[in-house]
Amino acid sequence: MSQAQTSSQTLEGYNFAYLDEQTKRMIRRAILKAVAVPGYQVPFGSREMPLPYGWGTGGIQVTAGVIGADDTLKVIDQGADDTTNAVSIRRFFARTTGVNTTERTAEATIIQTRHRIPEYPLSEGQILVYQVPIPEPLRWLEARETETRKMHALEEYGVMHVKLYEDIARFGRIATSYDYPVLVNDRYMMAPSPIPKFDNPKMNDMPALQLFGAGREKRIYAIPPYTKVESLDFDDHPFEIQSWDESCALCAAEDSYLDEVVMDDQGGRMFVCSDTDYCQQRRDQGHVGSMGASQAAE
Amino acid sequence: MYVAVKGGEKAIENAHSLLAEERRGDTSIPELTIAQIKAQMTLAVDRVMTEGSLYDRDLAALAIKQARGDLVEAIFLLRAFRTTLPRFATSEPIDTGAMHARRRISATYKDLPGGQVLGPTFDYTHRLLDFSLMDEGNETEAAQDMSCEPGEPMPRVTSFLNHEGLIQQDPPGDDDAEVADLTRSPLDFPAGRDARLQNLARGDEGFLLALGYSTQRGYGNNHPFAGEIRMGEVEVEIVPEDLGFPVVIGEITVTECELVNQFKGSATEPPQFTRGYGLTFGHGERKAMAMALVDRSLRCQELGEEIAGPAQDEEFVLYHSDNVEASGFVQHLKLPHYVDFQGELEMVRNLRTEQEQMQFKKAGE
Repeated sequence: MSQAQTSSQTLEGYNFAYLDEQTKRMIRRAILKAVAVPGYQVPFGSREMPLPYGWGTGGIQVTAGVIGADDTLKVIDQGADDTTNAVSIRRFFARTTGVNTTERTAEATIIQTRHRIPEYPLSEGQILVYQVPIPEPLRWLEARETETRKMHALEEYGVMHVKLYEDIARFGRIATSYDYPVLVNDRYMMAPSPIPKFDNPKMNDMPALQLFGAGREKRIYAIPPYTKVESLDFDDHPFEIQSWDESCALCAAEDSYLDEVVMDDQGGRMFVCSDTDYCQQRRDQGHVGSMGASQAAE
Repeated sequence: MYVAVKGGEKAIENAHSLLAEERRGDTSIPELTIAQIKAQMTLAVDRVMTEGSLYDRDLAALAIKQARGDLVEAIFLLRAFRTTLPRFATSEPIDTGAMHARRRISATYKDLPGGQVLGPTFDYTHRLLDFSLMDEGNETEAAQDMSCEPGEPMPRVTSFLNHEGLIQQDPPGDDDAEVADLTRSPLDFPAGRDARLQNLARGDEGFLLALGYSTQRGYGNNHPFAGEIRMGEVEVEIVPEDLGFPVVIGEITVTECELVNQFKGSATEPPQFTRGYGLTFGHGERKAMAMALVDRSLRCQELGEEIAGPAQDEEFVLYHSDNVEASGFVQHLKLPHYVDFQGELEMVRNLRTEQEQMQFKKAGE
């Protein structure tokens, strides 16, 4: 299923990519503004989609806004192409656009993602569309939108630094492992969506365009290609990413984000790449992890 | 041996088939028809139309059937359909004063022009299960039609108060101003009253009911009286561009509630009564009253009242009233979160190791 696939049937009675052309124009205008002001959350007239809020309606609308008939789409959730919601969203676009879909990161022109950035480095011309639940990085510190908008306007981010400092004072480290706040283009503080902080460095200077859609909260934001994205830290407590003592049990990768899979109720577990495409590519190239051989033998 | 969770597509298809089977239920029992739902589950249809923001009894009935009677799911279905509809006109404001009222009550006056009309109401029924309904074939006796005569004036209660200047006048609307539409542009604060009323009309009945109730129990008291509740049919008019005058395109049933609330006055305003307004499609009295309570609570800022309860907090109320948004986001927790959870696992393990080392060091000192 790694080959690009063309869907044979598209949904009758609906426009290309479900939304009408005027709505897509409205979304594109919001995207253009978002690209022009990196990291700034642009309010947009988010539509009620046939999928539930919180399940990727923002990402779906952004993808619908930018997708064309000659695009190749990849959809991942938790890094995997075969998680049920990724399957559901991929099928939604296959039905409403008839575009090619793929599981290969390198083949895709648009990648819609939830909670991960692919391990394979993205290149110019690719678009990474993030599904965002809560677009406001300051939300847990200030519940009011009227206040947080003011704080962004005034670049008043001290409250976040205080929070990170309090973490260090209490735990000796910054106790945020995902949705770790970043500063974009030296100006706007931004929520990277709940990706693990492991993925944060990939956002910096990325050749691909990064678009973020929050449907329920009705916000779109963006990071243009080759933009500076810094994870917040302190000089004496520099930003660090997660690391594992183990390597992937299937492909032996030591540089990828690993998921822990519980094997039995005796504490037995294995670690495997969360990025299923990356893992598959490596296995195809002949890399074998500690438990990969037995699977090949099956 | 570990096998990655493959075959999501097949699993989803299977789940959908199972759902369809569950919806149909026992096939030895005749299938529910849209006509039956439309005719006998009228209040469910009304609620789905109101919170689904679409007046179409057939589609609402279809949504209820498809959603297996889950009204919030039915509202979601109707909303998702509604987004795809083109807008060809904005209607003129409906005139509820010209309503053919089937029910009209006021708690503030014993009698009033147009009279009190109880109409079809659960009020004053004894809530005893009627076991005769267990069997089909019960014919009900035709009731006497007590609704107002068409053309008979039924002035609004608030207009009596208006004569004396005792109730705050609503500012005259600008006929040419565009009406806010939350389904086309995002909510902005402070929200205009049009956006607020739209939000509340679409808002979850249970949420508004609880908030309205909280104001009666002291979380932002606003001393309400049920000035008037009326339910009946009104005409909907549009002004086609090429005609230039209004034409009637149909008739809808609505429930309107105007609450009259005490207001002690401020530096600029004399003591007077103020209004809270609620409106629903169909017969939705509980929702209309709850909406009116919350509408009045949210006017606290405009009236210079102290904000003492959640029902008075505009951002809190308007951001959390929508059950399609709320239901989606609450239930998205069912989606896989194992990447984030892995991050948290690693974090907690590290924190525990560090704490153990610290305690070990302390014990050694």
